[in-house]
Amino acid sequence: MKNAKIVNVILVVLLGISQIVVGQNAKAVYGTYALTNADIVTVTNGTIEDGTLIIKDGIIADLGKDISVPSDATVIDCTGMQVYPGMIEGGSNIGLSEVGSDQRTRDYNEIGDVIPQMKALTAVNPNSALIPVNRISGVTTALVLPTGGVYSGTAALINLHGYTPDQMYAGFEAVVINFPVTGRRGWWDSRSDEEIKKAAEKSITEMKDVWTKALDYARIDSALKANGGSESPDYYPEMEALLPYVRGEKPVLVDVNTAKDIKEAIKWVEENNIKAIFTGVSEGWRVAEELAAAGIPVITGPVLNTPTRTSDRYDRPYANPGIMQKAGVKVALSASGAENIRNLPYNAGFAAAYGMGREEALRAVTIVPAEIFGVDDKLGSLEKGKSATLFIADGDPFETSTDIIHVFIEGWNIPMESRQTKFYEEFLERQPGVEK
Amino acid sequence: MRNTLIIFFLLAFQVQLRAQETGDILLKNATVITVTNGTLENSDVLIRNGKISQIGEDIKVPNGVKEYDATGKYVMPGIIDAHSHIALDAINEATSPVTAEVAVGDALDPLDIAIYRALAGGVTISHAMHGSANAIGGQCETIKHRYGTTNPEVLKMEGAPRTIKFALGENPTRVHGSGSNIVPRTRMGVEFVLRQAFSEAQEYMASWDEFNANKDKKGFIGITPEYNLRLETLADILRGEIIIHCHSYRADEIYMLMQVCEDFGIDKLVFQHVNEGFKVAPELAKAGAMASVFSDWWAYKFEVYYSTAYNAAILTRNGVVTSINSDSGELIRHLYHEAAKSQKYGDLNDDEALALVTINPAKQLGIDDRVGSIEEGKEGDVVVFNKHPLSIYAVPELTVVDGIVRFDRANDPDDMRIYPDPSQEIEVTLSDHHHSDRCMQDTEFLFKQ
Repeated sequence: MKNAKIVNVILVVLLGISQIVVGQNAKAVYGTYALTNADIVTVTNGTIEDGTLIIKDGIIADLGKDISVPSDATVIDCTGMQVYPGMIEGGSNIGLSEVGSDQRTRDYNEIGDVIPQMKALTAVNPNSALIPVNRISGVTTALVLPTGGVYSGTAALINLHGYTPDQMYAGFEAVVINFPVTGRRGWWDSRSDEEIKKAAEKSITEMKDVWTKALDYARIDSALKANGGSESPDYYPEMEALLPYVRGEKPVLVDVNTAKDIKEAIKWVEENNIKAIFTGVSEGWRVAEELAAAGIPVITGPVLNTPTRTSDRYDRPYANPGIMQKAGVKVALSASGAENIRNLPYNAGFAAAYGMGREEALRAVTIVPAEIFGVDDKLGSLEKGKSATLFIADGDPFETSTDIIHVFIEGWNIPMESRQTKFYEEFLERQPGVEK
Repeated sequence: MRNTLIIFFLLAFQVQLRAQETGDILLKNATVITVTNGTLENSDVLIRNGKISQIGEDIKVPNGVKEYDATGKYVMPGIIDAHSHIALDAINEATSPVTAEVAVGDALDPLDIAIYRALAGGVTISHAMHGSANAIGGQCETIKHRYGTTNPEVLKMEGAPRTIKFALGENPTRVHGSGSNIVPRTRMGVEFVLRQAFSEAQEYMASWDEFNANKDKKGFIGITPEYNLRLETLADILRGEIIIHCHSYRADEIYMLMQVCEDFGIDKLVFQHVNEGFKVAPELAKAGAMASVFSDWWAYKFEVYYSTAYNAAILTRNGVVTSINSDSGELIRHLYHEAAKSQKYGDLNDDEALALVTINPAKQLGIDDRVGSIEEGKEGDVVVFNKHPLSIYAVPELTVVDGIVRFDRANDPDDMRIYPDPSQEIEVTLSDHHHSDRCMQDTEFLFKQ
């Protein structure tokens, strides 16, 4: 908290200056930076103590112990501080949802059961008020997911800075399959047992039929294109969208939670040679061995969650990531939702405390999701040539007592402010007070 | 004779109710975070007959008292949640904008597994609240987490002040205005409903006062006013016998209720959620109104779009007694972590942060003379953590209520249901954070498509 105080003092001074200069929102700044005297937590190659990291042209130009600082670099003295790769949220709808209860601001749930062609990326609102609130926590990157139906749409990985979806796109898209839930969804689910069973059977049949159809479509497409043909099958956007997935070129995201459904999903995926990433996976601990044997990577969360069954031990959701990881499953984490993915480090902290351990939990919000999404050449660790998507902290980022001092996204120095921090400055000592 | 018998039985019943089961335990060699009197290193806490009897170094273990080695561990007061809906069979009596006559104390569910899960997060007391469907909802119940009992009465914290739920903004206007096409549909209507209810209660009180003053006079010809439990309850609010706990979000509606209360001479007022409380913090402080907030929930509906996680810090710095609540069977399990987040957003010190989930909610429920800090003479509700409770790596290990161990991580059987039914179908409940707010449970019928 001492640090927090110092930071606050600095903040107040800086804000005082910036308010004189401009009355608008601060902009991110692109440039050459040298982070000096820093403990650089690379995640993949240990920690470089008292090192220097150079940010230039949006990438990590260099890092190490004896690095010369370019003459044009802005130096940020990181004495007593640590540099981490930006945290990657594995399953949110930030940018797709502004006010949770208002349908008009929810863009993650389109009409239709089979709509893989609906793209989350197109609906991401780069100017969402939620984005600055969350990114200044060090969560720099998020997978944004469409939900509902059976083939829900196409998810996208975005960096939390940019003015168009393309500027935010972080190099991974995948179709979401909402694996049919065979049980009741929760206390608000008022359907009868019979209705639930029927709905599940219908959805499972639909899911399998659509996949089989897409395989046929791929064969037709291949046949038409064989021998140098350039013809395509008739316009069929659902099938077109599924082509790279049925051909095994890209993984699908399969949202599945209960033990029974996970087993079913493993079976279906294996029988059809489907490349899959499982998301949700709240009962993964029950079938950890099967998941590990199937070699299916998992994005699980929120860790801060209630057990799925009243008979379950109270801390199962906290322990779930660790149990799967120790069984050999590749596990990434998610805080889920839109407004508070800033709590990803705390979800990781709980996973760490309940069995996963700090090091693995850190990997589960950095390099592991980057690998799962196939973007580990750019994100997830601090390595020369990778994207300068990182943050500077004055301590362990999983601890709430730690302050995040700077965030860089693709080399852009992000202003450490949001509507929420501005409210703090305006209202801590409101003027006028009670008397005007 | 018959009357005497009835009185005898009533008394016997009451005695039985009051004879709460209590226990003894000596926690040895811990870091004791008292919250109100600093933090003591290498200290012991002795609980006898359910009360904290001694705090100090090298307390000798009395005969027959269980000893718990807390070396290297942290002891803090039992966590108190000023807003929850656990242990309840029913939440909203959403049939009228005013339902002061109902009480959730009549719908307690001692078998709710959420009670045990709360204990496993160090929470010993919660405020089981009516929902937010009505401008004036039902009466709430302060419960102690005596998980294991099958008697709903045993959950009640005997002697705790009466409390009642009020609600402003979108929920009552949605339920009654949009749902049933009656006032209130707007925030104007909400104020009117409140003023009308209190005015009617004043008339009701006056008619009874007049009757009682004159009924024994010679030649009195008036009739007994009609008894009305709704108006009786409202009258009790006006008499200062019930604390208002009001669901609220926007600064304007918070300010409105403060004015209504001032006009009717009501000074026991706690705002719940109060996401925009930070905007009227000086007014809240001046009125002596308190605030029970979320650490960081926002944007789940329009009236919480302009929120800030710095709310607790701004309110505290402005002199408002502030607590962090859960309103959720999930969040209640880690209120110590919610307090830690509130410390992150602002510059509260450790005691101020922990006060948000201990002594401050105790003040809001009117039970701070009995619980909320570790002090000799207070009730034996404490939690033991393996690390400092504001650390993300802290794990609650032992939760004690009235000196009785109700949660022990070292001896936790997986299945803690009180009545496991072998024939019951296994039901899996998937989380969906969009539905986790139970404040509006039992009103779904109004919004079915």
